[in-house]
Amino acid sequence: MRIFKHPILNFERKRLVTFTFNNKTIEGYEGETIAAALHAAGIKTLSHSSEKHRPRGLFCAIGNCSSCLMEVNGEANVRICVEEVKEGLIIRTQTGKGDLV
Amino acid sequence: MIPVEILVIGGGPAGLCAAVQAAEMGSKVLIVDRNNTLGGQLVKQTHMFFGSEKQYASTRGFDIANILLDKIDKMKNVEIMRKATVLAIYEDGVVSLEHKDKYIKIKPKAIVVATGASEKNLAFPNNDLPGIYGAGAVQTLMNEYGVKPGNRVLMIGAGNIGLIVSYQLIQAGVRVEAIVEAAPTIGGYLVHASKVRRMGVPILTGYSIKEAYGTDSLESAAIWKLDENWRGIPGTEKKLNVDVICISVGLSPLSELLWQAGCQMKYIHELGGFVPVRDTNLHSSVKGLFVAGDVAGVEEASSAMVEGYIAGMSAAAYLGYKLYNMKLVKEDLMNQLDSLRHGPVGEKIRRGISNLTIEHEAAASVDAL
Repeated sequence: MRIFKHPILNFERKRLVTFTFNNKTIEGYEGETIAAALHAAGIKTLSHSSEKHRPRGLFCAIGNCSSCLMEVNGEANVRICVEEVKEGLIIRTQTGKGDLV
Repeated sequence: MIPVEILVIGGGPAGLCAAVQAAEMGSKVLIVDRNNTLGGQLVKQTHMFFGSEKQYASTRGFDIANILLDKIDKMKNVEIMRKATVLAIYEDGVVSLEHKDKYIKIKPKAIVVATGASEKNLAFPNNDLPGIYGAGAVQTLMNEYGVKPGNRVLMIGAGNIGLIVSYQLIQAGVRVEAIVEAAPTIGGYLVHASKVRRMGVPILTGYSIKEAYGTDSLESAAIWKLDENWRGIPGTEKKLNVDVICISVGLSPLSELLWQAGCQMKYIHELGGFVPVRDTNLHSSVKGLFVAGDVAGVEEASSAMVEGYIAGMSAAAYLGYKLYNMKLVKEDLMNQLDSLRHGPVGEKIRRGISNLTIEHEAAASVDAL
């Protein structure tokens, strides 16, 4: 799902890093967001609505809408559309509203 | 408490231009932005801008961001704080923000709020399925990170964003099945519309989405024709095999901070929702608080830049900084805004703004000098 040839843009990708998403190893490039890396790996369901547990994906991609909240290194409710990937991150889908403590 | 002369909230086209103008007049400026990179939505605009040379017409959006950032880089009196989210503007003028997990309080003498806008959603069954995005989100994925949103797209809305993003999707190698527009006519510039039409994308006016289908993510969608009361006509449904729906039905100002600061707000449909009442210097009803760009009324990046210069000039003048021939410069900026809002597309904007402008004492801050 990555774009390699583009008539206007030239994507200079930085260092390749790996992280885990629900125990599965995923690759991403430094400087890109977790959401972009997950999308590139074909993962579109990012969270579930808290009452009816309906699947939710990326909607705004710039930190406005809270549709992509996930648990990152144990911290709940991280907006993964603005959080950058780093080597060794442990990312999980969260249940409900997430534990704050 | 950090003392600051002019605090600019938001480093998009409006905020950057406000900072440039205020700094050129000699004031010290701090720009705060919640992102790691500045430029706002300019950084994902691959198309060339319209307008005049003064708003960098014929230059691509991401290049405009770089031009402005280079300018700011050379200015000694502009500081930038990245990854800093403003949390509140208090009654006593104190602004609090979160920066690197720390809570910081600053006390600016003047504020320019240039927080931009967020994409509107549209109500239809299953509109929360993964695969349904704001059109801007798709721009972010494709043009900033080089990632495709999917393979087959239904675009909702034939305003400029819908048309431009459709074209950009095709450039990225994604198929656009159709663009539907509920209104009887295309809202965006016809140049953009003919471009996507030439590439074989049908633009269906008087059509809207009926329903989205899918279990874990979007699998297909049904569109239907609307009657003169904008209601779907049964029997006119068409099913589209799409894994992406882009919603581009407008933006609404990100005005939370203005509400909190106590700015007088007014609902102006033509400008995207509740917007701050202000004078022609873009001074809001709160003394020392100026507004610019989409948060002051949804328009385009070109007018956001001009508004940025005006707000930056007004904020600096409010603090007593002067500019040789300021009156002329301001007049020129006002003329630029007028010409950007010229013609049938700008009529809506002009109507909206005429319902919004106030005169108050602070309005004299620029003109008196």
